[in-house]
Amino acid sequence: MNFTNLPLLQQLVLLLAALVLFTSFALLAQARLVSAIHVFAWQGLLVAAVTTVVAVTSESHHLYFSAALTLVLKAMLIPWMLHRLARRLELDRYVESLGRPALTMMAAVALVIFSYWLVLPMVQQELAFTRNITAISLAVLLIGLLTMVFRQQAVIQVLGFMSMENGLFLAAVSATAGMPMVVELGVAFDVLVAMVLFGVFFFQIRESIDSLNVDQLNRLTETLEDEA
Amino acid sequence: MNALLVMLLSPVAGAFILALLRPLSWSGWLNVVASAISFGAAITLAWMVATQGEVAGLTFRVDAFNVYLLALTTFVGLTTSIFSRPYMRYVCETGKTGERGMRVYHSMYQTFMFTMLLALTTDNLGVLWVAVEGATLATVLLVSLYRTPEAVEAAWKYFILCGVGIALALFGTVLTYYAAQQVISDPDTGLLWSELYRRSGELEPTVMRIAFVFLLVGYGTKVGLVPMHQWLPDAHSEGPTPMSAVLSGLLLNVALYAVVRLKMLVDGSLAATAMPNMAGHLLMGFGLVSFLTAGLFLHRQRDIKRMFSYSSIEHMGLMTFAFGLGGPLATFGALLHMLVHSFTKSAIFVTVGHAAHIAGTQSIDHIRGLIRTQPAVGWSLLIGVAAIAGFPPFGVFTSEFLLLTATMQSQPWLTLPLVTGLVVAFAGLFRHLHPMVYGVAPTGQLPVQANMLPVAIHLALVLWLGLSIPGFLSRWLDQATGLITGAHLL
Repeated sequence: MNFTNLPLLQQLVLLLAALVLFTSFALLAQARLVSAIHVFAWQGLLVAAVTTVVAVTSESHHLYFSAALTLVLKAMLIPWMLHRLARRLELDRYVESLGRPALTMMAAVALVIFSYWLVLPMVQQELAFTRNITAISLAVLLIGLLTMVFRQQAVIQVLGFMSMENGLFLAAVSATAGMPMVVELGVAFDVLVAMVLFGVFFFQIRESIDSLNVDQLNRLTETLEDEA
Repeated sequence: MNALLVMLLSPVAGAFILALLRPLSWSGWLNVVASAISFGAAITLAWMVATQGEVAGLTFRVDAFNVYLLALTTFVGLTTSIFSRPYMRYVCETGKTGERGMRVYHSMYQTFMFTMLLALTTDNLGVLWVAVEGATLATVLLVSLYRTPEAVEAAWKYFILCGVGIALALFGTVLTYYAAQQVISDPDTGLLWSELYRRSGELEPTVMRIAFVFLLVGYGTKVGLVPMHQWLPDAHSEGPTPMSAVLSGLLLNVALYAVVRLKMLVDGSLAATAMPNMAGHLLMGFGLVSFLTAGLFLHRQRDIKRMFSYSSIEHMGLMTFAFGLGGPLATFGALLHMLVHSFTKSAIFVTVGHAAHIAGTQSIDHIRGLIRTQPAVGWSLLIGVAAIAGFPPFGVFTSEFLLLTATMQSQPWLTLPLVTGLVVAFAGLFRHLHPMVYGVAPTGQLPVQANMLPVAIHLALVLWLGLSIPGFLSRWLDQATGLITGAHLL
């Protein structure tokens, strides 16, 4: 498998996808909330770039529209909404460092290796190009999940969730040259509505427990308690 | 086609109007009217499918399997809306939520109905995903309607867990589309279930295997399969009672419907490989684990709604196991079980709502003497729990008996954990129920105004189905069984 033998545009797609994976790692470890939002915006921009290059190589015109949709939604609208929420929640200078950075990073690397292993039998007969992109998109999905597990702040968990959606979109673009338009519009609509609802929830959570640390949401358990 | 459009557009129109309508008394009635229109349209569709065969058009597709679930969903939606009208009025009067909360509630109720009906009727797997995610989003605000810390926590857990699960299901859908594109050249028809089903033998088995695992974990989260069930007891117990009734009775069915549709594709794809029953075995494994775990968890519960949520998980596990077992007998039993479980569970949750109202609390330790205080509620709870535990002559006994027979025919040694689980669950339910219904009522406990008509109708239907299933229904279920398994029972 020799990367330099691939056509130039395909090499560009591989480079951009690798950068998306890099931003996924950066999001996992980013301590400052506002910087994390910016990393997420960069990830959205890179996914839109991948979509555009795939559109150029495969000549399917609806992908240009998907790229524009991703750019507007994931690189501009959602980061803007999160930024505004962070300001209203007074989280401008919020810093939360990872509890166990080395372990978390190693887990993320293990997930990347797992993704490659999982994708291997599926695209064995295909080009290395498709295999790499599909594996990277699954890795971004799983690292987004890891972010949600290891981080305790509600806004950063939402960033992990949105990063999962980025991975899904990358998978759709790379493996299948984009889903039908109606599905993509539906997914984008769902993501937007989810973002709006998350915004509503941040305020509800803060109103009820006076913090956005979701580890403190622990009243619903099944241990025997004394009831007054 | 017109009936289909009426059925789908009625909740959409209802949602829009209810979001803007201020007088609360009108909202309740409009909710009922919109649900009634949907129900009427669903019955018309059922009639059309019975006479003409399947109805298809505009990437919608109604065959015997989903028209059955459409009729069930709209019926339970209607009876629950009838119950919810005076109940939510009482909730508003006691100040648990305000006028804005009421508008959100009614509008989201209809939006939720729309997303469920869309998920059931669409032929496009991507739109199915969008609709199931939409159903989650529509109900998230309703779970946290009362704004208590517990409700907000339950809603957050629901949102995050179901959101993550659904994201995994979308990856599975993308993989399915990838497999489809190798076989179907037209990109727009590559996600249509009917196309894929016709050509399921040509789909690449390695891809479909991995896709099915993601889809099962994803949609299985919404079905409530253990270990992805953590959101279910919280979400079903913290929301308003009508919400618990429809979530337990309807949404779990829609998610299971999605799993079964996808299993049909995967079975066709894997038929020629070395492990043709992989999908069935996975379903059986998850189903059995859910069934047994939930039966054990039932015993620990101290909140009445949480207890019945675990009962829902248990029954969904049983249905998943039955669909995984395959074959006409088990599938017929599973379809019947979907019906009777929806009826019984929604009736139970409505009764539990009234019981919590009488006692002023949802804690099992503090609800006592229901049968003396308000016999209608006490008797309904007793009969409802007897029905859901699988007592003859109720319908749940029939479907569980069919399932046990099918298990004994194909995997006899699995009958033992099934029967053990049923006994454990029965013990747990009655252990908690007995003091609630028959204990000494605290002084000053008064009956409340309760409309028990929906409960009575549901329980009577379950009793009727247990005594004798009407001919048209058994033929209907048999047609659906034929569609799913390729073989008829009757």
